[in-house]
Amino acid sequence: MTRKAFWQGNEAVLEGAVAAGARFYAGYPITPSSEIAELASRRLPALGGVFIQMEDEIASMAALVGASLAGAKAFTATSGPGFSLMQENIGLAIMVEAPCVVINVMRSGPSTGLATKPAQADVMQARWGTHGDHPAVALVPASVSECFSLTVAAFNLAERLRMPVFVLSDEIIGHMRERVEVPPEGSLEIWERPRPSGDPSEYRPYRPGPDGVPPLAEFGGPYVFHATSSMHDERGVSANDAGTAAALIARLGAKVLRNWELLPPPEIVDTASLLGSGHDRPGKGAKPAGGVLLVAFGSSARSARQVLVDHPERFVTLFRPRTLWPFPEAELSALVEDHESVVVAEMNTGQLVLEAERVVAGRRPVRAALRSDGEIITPEEIWEVVCGRRDARAGRTGESWSGTGGSGR
Amino acid sequence: MKDRTAGPTRSRARGYTDYLDEAALPHIWCAGCGNGNVLKALLGAFASRGLDPRMTVVVTGIGCWGKADDYIRTNAIHGTHGRALAVATGVKAYRPELAVVALMGDGDFATIGGNHFIHAARRNIGVTAVVANNLNYGMTGGQYSGTTPAGSLTSTSPYGHAEEGFDLCALAEAAGAAYVARTTAYHYRQMETLIAEALGVDGFSLVEVLTPCPTYYGRLNREGSAPEMWRALKERARGGSFGCLVRRDRPSFAERYAGVQAAARAGTGTEVGPDAR
Repeated sequence: MTRKAFWQGNEAVLEGAVAAGARFYAGYPITPSSEIAELASRRLPALGGVFIQMEDEIASMAALVGASLAGAKAFTATSGPGFSLMQENIGLAIMVEAPCVVINVMRSGPSTGLATKPAQADVMQARWGTHGDHPAVALVPASVSECFSLTVAAFNLAERLRMPVFVLSDEIIGHMRERVEVPPEGSLEIWERPRPSGDPSEYRPYRPGPDGVPPLAEFGGPYVFHATSSMHDERGVSANDAGTAAALIARLGAKVLRNWELLPPPEIVDTASLLGSGHDRPGKGAKPAGGVLLVAFGSSARSARQVLVDHPERFVTLFRPRTLWPFPEAELSALVEDHESVVVAEMNTGQLVLEAERVVAGRRPVRAALRSDGEIITPEEIWEVVCGRRDARAGRTGESWSGTGGSGR
Repeated sequence: MKDRTAGPTRSRARGYTDYLDEAALPHIWCAGCGNGNVLKALLGAFASRGLDPRMTVVVTGIGCWGKADDYIRTNAIHGTHGRALAVATGVKAYRPELAVVALMGDGDFATIGGNHFIHAARRNIGVTAVVANNLNYGMTGGQYSGTTPAGSLTSTSPYGHAEEGFDLCALAEAAGAAYVARTTAYHYRQMETLIAEALGVDGFSLVEVLTPCPTYYGRLNREGSAPEMWRALKERARGGSFGCLVRRDRPSFAERYAGVQAAARAGTGTEVGPDAR
C-alpha cells in the first residue's frame, strides 16, 4: 500500500537509492549533501550493505568503480567541490562501464563559493566535467517526490546502460520537506545490469549486446575479466590502434542515444493543463499571440511554474526537463514554433540557455532569467523576462541580471 | 594471524604459469628492469597460496609496473594514476572474501596516491600492495617521485633533487599497516616468500620491492650498466632493513565492519544525524 512520508529531499534520495537496491556507498562529507551520507551509514549496514567514508572524493569515486565491478549497486553524494574531485574517476567509470550513481546537491561556486546556498551552475560540468569524449546522463529532480523517483530511475539507467548516472539536485531541493507518496515495496520497476551467460572462457566484457550495452559479470563469480581505463577491445585488453579507439568511443556515446526512450521525459505544462479547462487558450491548435516557451529545471522550475499560476492571462508553456543530459532536444524543438519567444530560467550565469539556443537555432528569440548569487530566482524575476522587459544576457555586458534592461536581442 | 586464503581456494598444486597470460608476452619493460622478476614472484606467490583466479582481483594504477595486469590471468582493474588502492578498497569492502592485490610503482603509491596509501593502512583494509620502487617515473621519462633521494639527478632535477624521499615501510608502519616487508627484485626467493606471507594477512599489507631503472635513474645517476645496478641492489640488501619488518594483529576493516553490520541489524546504533527519531 502506498505510504505517505514527509521527507527532506536528501532523505528521499537515500530512500530511492535503497529502494533501487543500492548496497554500497563511498563518500566524503560536504554541505549540502551530508544528510545522504549520514543516512546511508545508518541504513546500508543493516541491509548487509557497506558505507565507507573515504579520504576524499577522488577515492570515493574510485571505490564506487571497484564495488560496482564486484557486483554492487553503488552510489555517492556530493556537492560542487567534491564533484570536481570526482571527475577523474567518473571518467574511469565511463571507460570501464561500471554502473554507479552520483548525487550532486549543487551549491554556489566556483571553489568554496557559498557553501550553504543553492546554485544550478554544474550543468556543463555534469556534461563535460571529465576529460575526453564521453556520454553523460543527468537527471534533475524538482521536488522531494522526484528526489525519490529520479534516484530510482538513475540506478535503473546506470545498471541498464552500464555507466555513471548523475542526479543534479540543489540546496533548495535537497533541504526542503514535502509530502511523498511512497510506492508500496515491490511495486517499483527495478532494472538490473545485463548479465553474461554461457561459457566463461567465451565471455567478452566489452562485446555489446543488441542494445549496445555489454553484459557485465562480477568479480567472484564464474567469469574472470579485465577492465581497463585505457582504450580496449572487446576482451578488455588495452589496444592502441585507431580502429579500436574509434569503435569504443562511438559505442559509448551510441549506447545512450539508442536507448533514448528509457530516459525520463520532460514535463510540459501550459496554463490550461495547470489550472484547468477554464483557462483553455482560444482554439485548440491555434497559436496565441505572445506565447512564451519557458524552460527551467530543478528548483528554478518551481518558480517558473508559479509564473503560470500568477499570470493565467498570458500563454506560457513550461518545458521542464527531468533528464538534463542528454538534453531532450527533439521534445523542445517540436514546441518552439508554437511560441513567439523562448525564455530560460536557471541559477547560473547562462549554461542551459546555450543548449536551448542550439535547439531553437535562430527560429525564435531566446531570453534568459539568470541568478548566481546563492538566492533562488523568484517568479517575479522570471515574469519580467517572460514579458520581455528584461533579459539577463541582453548586450552580454557582464552586469548582474538586475542591472540589464531591454527586451530580446 | 589468520590465513584468509587457506581453505577451499587451495584446490591443487599450481605454478606461476597458471596465472601468466603467455599470449600477451613479450612484456613492455626495458632490458635490465626488475618488473619481470617481480611479476614472476607475484604469480609464484599466487601459486603457493593456491589463489583461485575467479576469487582474485588485481588492481593496478598507471606506470611501468602498472602495466603488469596485462600479463595476469585473474580478474583485474587497470585504473587511474594513484587510485589503485582506492579502487581496491571498494572491491574489498564490498566483497571481503576476494583476494585483492594492488600493484603500484613509487609514483602511483608514494606520490600521487600517497593519501590513499596512508588511509588504506590506517583503515587496515585487506589489500596486499606490491610496490615496485625504482626511485623515479619510468613511464614518463625519468622524473623525480616521492621516493627519489635528495641530490639525485632525474629529468626534472637536473641540478640535483632538492627534496628527501619517503621511507615507504616506515610510513606504512606509522600509518597502521598489519604487515610490512621490503625486498629487492634481485632476491627472487625472498620476494616470493614475502608476497605469499602478505597475501595471507587479513589487514593491509605492503611489500616494497626495490628495483632498478637502468634506462633513466641509473643512467642519469651514473650507476653503471644494468648488471652493475643489479649487483649494487644485491649488496644494498645486506645493509638496510629488509625482509618482514612489521607483523601485527590488528582487526581488519572487514572484521570491524562485520561488527558494524551486526550492530545495525540488531538496532543498537546511536541515533544521530539529521532526522534522528
